[in-house]
Amino acid sequence: MAKKSTQLAIDTRPWRDTANNKPFVRIKNVTKKFGDVLAVHDVSLDIYRSELFCLLGGSGSGKSTLLRMLAGFEQPTSGTIEIDGQDMTEVPPYNRPVNMMFQSYALFPHMSVEQNIAYGLKRDNLPKAEINDRVAELLSLVKLQDYGRRKPHQLSGGQRQRVALARALAKRPKLLLLDEPLGALDKKLREETQFELVKIQESLGVTFIVVTHDQEEAMTLATRIGVMNLGEIAMVGEPTDIYEFPNSRFVAGFIGSANMVEGIVTEDEPGHVRIRSSELGCDIYVGHGVDCAPEQILWWAIRPEKMSLSREKPVTPHDANVTSGIVEEIAYLGDISLYQVALESGKRIRVSQTNSVRGNPDAITWDEKVYVTWSDSSGSVLTV
Amino acid sequence: MTATHTPTIPPPRRLKPWNAVERSLAKVGISGRMLVLAAPVLWLLVFFLIPLAVVFGISLATKQFGRPPYSPLLTTEEGTVQLTLHLNNYIRLFTDNLYIAAYLSSIRIAFIATVITLFVGYPMAYAIARAPDRWRNILLMLVILPFFTSFLLRVYALTGFMRGNGVINQFLGLFGVEPLVMMQTDFAVYVGIVYTYLPFMILPLYTTLVKLDVSLFEASADLGARPLRTFLSVTLPLSLPGIIAGSMLVFIPAIGEYVIPSLLGGPETLMIGRVLWDEFFTAANWPRAAAVAVAMLLAVVVPIMLLQRAQSAVVER
Repeated sequence: MAKKSTQLAIDTRPWRDTANNKPFVRIKNVTKKFGDVLAVHDVSLDIYRSELFCLLGGSGSGKSTLLRMLAGFEQPTSGTIEIDGQDMTEVPPYNRPVNMMFQSYALFPHMSVEQNIAYGLKRDNLPKAEINDRVAELLSLVKLQDYGRRKPHQLSGGQRQRVALARALAKRPKLLLLDEPLGALDKKLREETQFELVKIQESLGVTFIVVTHDQEEAMTLATRIGVMNLGEIAMVGEPTDIYEFPNSRFVAGFIGSANMVEGIVTEDEPGHVRIRSSELGCDIYVGHGVDCAPEQILWWAIRPEKMSLSREKPVTPHDANVTSGIVEEIAYLGDISLYQVALESGKRIRVSQTNSVRGNPDAITWDEKVYVTWSDSSGSVLTV
Repeated sequence: MTATHTPTIPPPRRLKPWNAVERSLAKVGISGRMLVLAAPVLWLLVFFLIPLAVVFGISLATKQFGRPPYSPLLTTEEGTVQLTLHLNNYIRLFTDNLYIAAYLSSIRIAFIATVITLFVGYPMAYAIARAPDRWRNILLMLVILPFFTSFLLRVYALTGFMRGNGVINQFLGLFGVEPLVMMQTDFAVYVGIVYTYLPFMILPLYTTLVKLDVSLFEASADLGARPLRTFLSVTLPLSLPGIIAGSMLVFIPAIGEYVIPSLLGGPETLMIGRVLWDEFFTAANWPRAAAVAVAMLLAVVVPIMLLQRAQSAVVER
């Protein structure tokens, strides 16, 4: 869950002020090869204290390898990892101030819930009474007070997930790594657990690094997201930045859904840019300057909800930002309807409309000719 | 897309010849399932339970000259059927120190050999389970490879290594070491048992170890456990079913082992298998030999049942 803006004093977003804030986790030019396979390629990343940072990417994007290097299960082929100012290269996993929650949970099947949670504490040779107190405290944190004596196989998936979280938090790590923490839960439980996870993270102030392939999960949880593709970081930013201002075609296409068209720059002014797109069948007028040159071929991406449909041709300034097509498919999703519109060029674009009128009899329907329009700041111009 | 909802009428069941057989068998209360179960039951009955009953019967007879060399249990004399059970064979087992000593010595030797096999086999099973995929099957093949040669030949081959002028002593001689006496000692018997039964220990251990999720070891390390602690707290308890299964597979046959102690052991290596052989072939006392066998079976069955109970308790936990 993104934090409410009123809660955000400047110091809670340290990544916006890199000059005065020291990163807590510093990944410097890390590369990892498995034989000839390049799993992680020259990744540099700074993560700050109390952040909930999400590494988002598809399978094989290198996100899990990066997490395993932070935990110490893999050694970087080159580059360094610093945690809290300390170089971790030579530090084995059992000496790192880091705990991990595994995707499979990796609960010890021969130990009870209590013994699982106490496992890390026992390794620190804490007195028995202290261990018991801490275990009880964690069990109540994850709301499993009555389940301490059960074995993992006697628990449901959601309960196991909470035991895994409690076990990973037991040693009060400075940094908690979570590998697809909600991946094994069903949708309903996942949504509930997301908010619980954020609440726990905020109340404890631990730095979380979460690996996920689920963009919705990343958007909900993260203070910042690092999008990974083919072993490299494609973009780092707050969820809104990633969604609204993608820096590349990959990020625009990977996060949410986006309509993407090719175009050629016809006007390049400091205050606006005009792009001619034959795919779209009209000119695109962008109301801000873009780092490009006339005649340059580039891409323009727009989210389905940033466009609107009408039967009448709307009046638009600058003779741009309106095109027309035939409604091919409609997906009714309850709150919104998703329209697939076939343009004259054969390009299909998706437009979503809020169903604000109940059971609207006058709704746009199949095979109708419609006009699609958008405002001059709705789309993103992408050069890579 | 419109789904077709035409109800499908099942095709008429073709009557095959065995359907008639099946039905007529069902009339007398025999189902196909019973026939399948009958095969192993029949096998066990003919080749295990009946011979066992015969041996038990012989153990209650007494030695006599003739053919068969033991007294009949049932005698008919002038219209009276008389059942004669001689318990003196069993009483003798407890009164003659030889037998008790042989049983205890067998159990001791089998136990020590099992422990040694476990200590040798565990690291091997662990290494195979953690080896890269493409190596694993080759290594397992190497473990099983000795089975391609006869057990007897392999035990004979060991004598070539351990005898006075054998390979080991010749090698030691190069360094001026006096020849070691290895043959006809308990040491040679241990070497023989460990060597012969090692695969039976490695295979069940391997199957439990290879199933263990690697992330459990990582989780343990992540929570601050050094490798040795991880082994003691995670690997060892989780491989307990394999340890028990492997130990049973070594311990039980080792108790009654005959070939290894007679080929490698000395006169002072007392094992119940040899006693049994001597009773049977040297003393030609079939009833005594049968009593020794039945008592040995009991001595083996009891530990099996205890171990099995322990194992199912572990699995339940």
